[in-house]
Amino acid sequence: MARGRIVVNEELCKGCELCLAVCPKSLIHMATDRFTPKGYRPAELVDPEGECTGCAICSTICPEAAITVYRWVPAKKAVPLGE
Amino acid sequence: MAKELLKGNVAFAEAAIRAGCEAYFGYPITPQTEALEHMAARMPELGRVFLQAESEVAAINMVYGAACAGVRVMSSSSSPGVSLMMEGLSYIAGSEVPVVLVDIMRGGPGLGNIAPSQGDYNQIVKGGGHGDYRPIVLAPATVQELIDLTVEAFDLAEKYRTIVVILADGSLGQMMEPAELPPMREVRKFDQRPDWALTGAAGRDPNVISSIYIDPNEEEVFNLKLVEKQKAIEAHEVRYKSLVVEDAEIGVVAFGTAGRIAQSSIRQARDEGIKVGLFRPISLYPFPYRELREATENLKRILVVEMNGGQMVEDVRLALEGAVPVDFYGRMGGVVPLPDEVLEQIRQVHHSLAEPA
Amino acid sequence: MTDTEGMVESLIYTKPRSLTPTGTHYCPGCTHGIAHRLIAEVIDEMGVREKTIGVAPVGCAVFAYQYFNMDFAEAAHGRAPAMATGLKRVSPDRVVFTYQGDGDLASIGAAEILHAAGRGENITVIFINNAIYGMTGGQMAPTTLPGQRTTSTPVGRDIEMHGFPLKMCEILAQLDGAAYIVRRSLHDPAHIRKAKKAIRQAFEAQSQGLGFSMVELLSSCPTNWGVSPGDALKWIEDHMVPVFPLGDYKVHPAIQNGRKS
Repeated sequence: MARGRIVVNEELCKGCELCLAVCPKSLIHMATDRFTPKGYRPAELVDPEGECTGCAICSTICPEAAITVYRWVPAKKAVPLGE
Repeated sequence: MAKELLKGNVAFAEAAIRAGCEAYFGYPITPQTEALEHMAARMPELGRVFLQAESEVAAINMVYGAACAGVRVMSSSSSPGVSLMMEGLSYIAGSEVPVVLVDIMRGGPGLGNIAPSQGDYNQIVKGGGHGDYRPIVLAPATVQELIDLTVEAFDLAEKYRTIVVILADGSLGQMMEPAELPPMREVRKFDQRPDWALTGAAGRDPNVISSIYIDPNEEEVFNLKLVEKQKAIEAHEVRYKSLVVEDAEIGVVAFGTAGRIAQSSIRQARDEGIKVGLFRPISLYPFPYRELREATENLKRILVVEMNGGQMVEDVRLALEGAVPVDFYGRMGGVVPLPDEVLEQIRQVHHSLAEPA
Repeated sequence: MTDTEGMVESLIYTKPRSLTPTGTHYCPGCTHGIAHRLIAEVIDEMGVREKTIGVAPVGCAVFAYQYFNMDFAEAAHGRAPAMATGLKRVSPDRVVFTYQGDGDLASIGAAEILHAAGRGENITVIFINNAIYGMTGGQMAPTTLPGQRTTSTPVGRDIEMHGFPLKMCEILAQLDGAAYIVRRSLHDPAHIRKAKKAIRQAFEAQSQGLGFSMVELLSSCPTNWGVSPGDALKWIEDHMVPVFPLGDYKVHPAIQNGRKS
């Protein structure tokens, strides 16, 4: 199972592809089967092998703060998901 | 409180302090610099804010910022400096934050000179900055009126969330007269600042103060709101003084220092048997159209006296709508007409009325 | 839900509280969005959202007040430092910052920024330098590079006609009132992280009452530069950084002494 995962808010994503360029494992792709409500191709995580580490480099560069990043960490370091 | 001998510029600055003015931002310009200097000494003494800005452009924007923070704030300047403030005043009007400005007019246009003038009536009374707005404009003729109107200005500015301009000239700024200052009013505390002010969004939704309405339909709604505000101001804030107009044949209409000079001329004219009265508008906006009409529509001739080339005279003609012929006498360039000069004009009008048609 | 090894799925990053949920009008890939995010993250981390007042410029960020979840004022073009001065002087315990582009700060607002820095106004300025006028459609800015094509320099900025770009960090760092003047860039994740640290340092300088702080951020304008968002970031690295060197131009001793390693 992947250590990390991302969720892209398609209300906000403008398909700029900056996240795609910086992901160290090239796990982000632009969806080809749909558009966002604003008419952009949204970014999405495609991670069949479970390689995402939740490094958050993608969310560091996202101009829209559209990316939410999760990572499995030791319990005492966790931040509640509902934040 | 007892009367003291006060210079106009110092009087309005101290009056503002007594009215609870918390911040003053200004720039030196003759003939009003004494106000800045008085504020420079007094405001820090009282723990209030004073800053000499780098220009009048900066000063009015500092005023704008402080007004957004919900405090009583003012600036003062003279004609060329006020021109620099026009952008800021338009933004302030478009944001509906209360601001008081004292304009001590001088000879112009351009660099002009430092002598007294009334040449900025059109600029101030008709708005000044771009867009559809009208500041309240009050025109004192004595140092006491300057004090009283400055204090009122802060209350009016807050009552209507608008700009109030005290429109005076260099002679009033420089002259020294006995006058009474009001007692000191306490400055408002932080938690007494208005709900709309920018104080930090603690326990409430954020406040945004802005003059941008990118959608024309929304801009029009805002413009109409200002129109409604103006109607309220016009209904309630007219101020004027009239002197022996009831049995007059000739009415002199003049504001500020010109009104004061005309008052001397009228006394002398009355002694000579000429039936002349004085109508002195104090609120230039809202202009006393109705009151002027009622006071003078049965007179035979109006003489408007101004220290400019003919600016308020247009509002007088508008008020009378042709009911009475209106003559104009003006001196420009910073020249101050003397009472004898104005008396001679009154005599000429009087003689022309006696002539066969 | 804890797994057998005592691990839990944790939230690593989400949109900061100091930003509103509203989507922005900025072009796809525009670094304004990154700058907004970093400021919001810093304000959240410092816990000062409820006492912060921002001043928006005239420029692409004219609607910044719609994107930041805090009290905001809209200034006239270039006048934000003067407005911020008024706000801060009458409310000294609030956090006041301006957000300005290269036309707003270095052209029409040149006098206001100079004097705010000279006076040591206790405000923080975030200066977005993308070497062009974005909102009005791509004209020359005071920071446009020699030879750079814009709509008002169609054959490239000619030094003979238009002079040289203004380097605002270098200029303002000479002033005694300036406490923290630094230039960073937003062209890749490593530089973005450094930019965030600088923004945090600038707001800390304000909260310590050290004087005027400014962070200049080399930024992109893909639309008016006529390149893709990714290529625009490369252009910053290749062309802007040599002209506008990154670094610390003025650092108040109190900040230097407090620095670790």
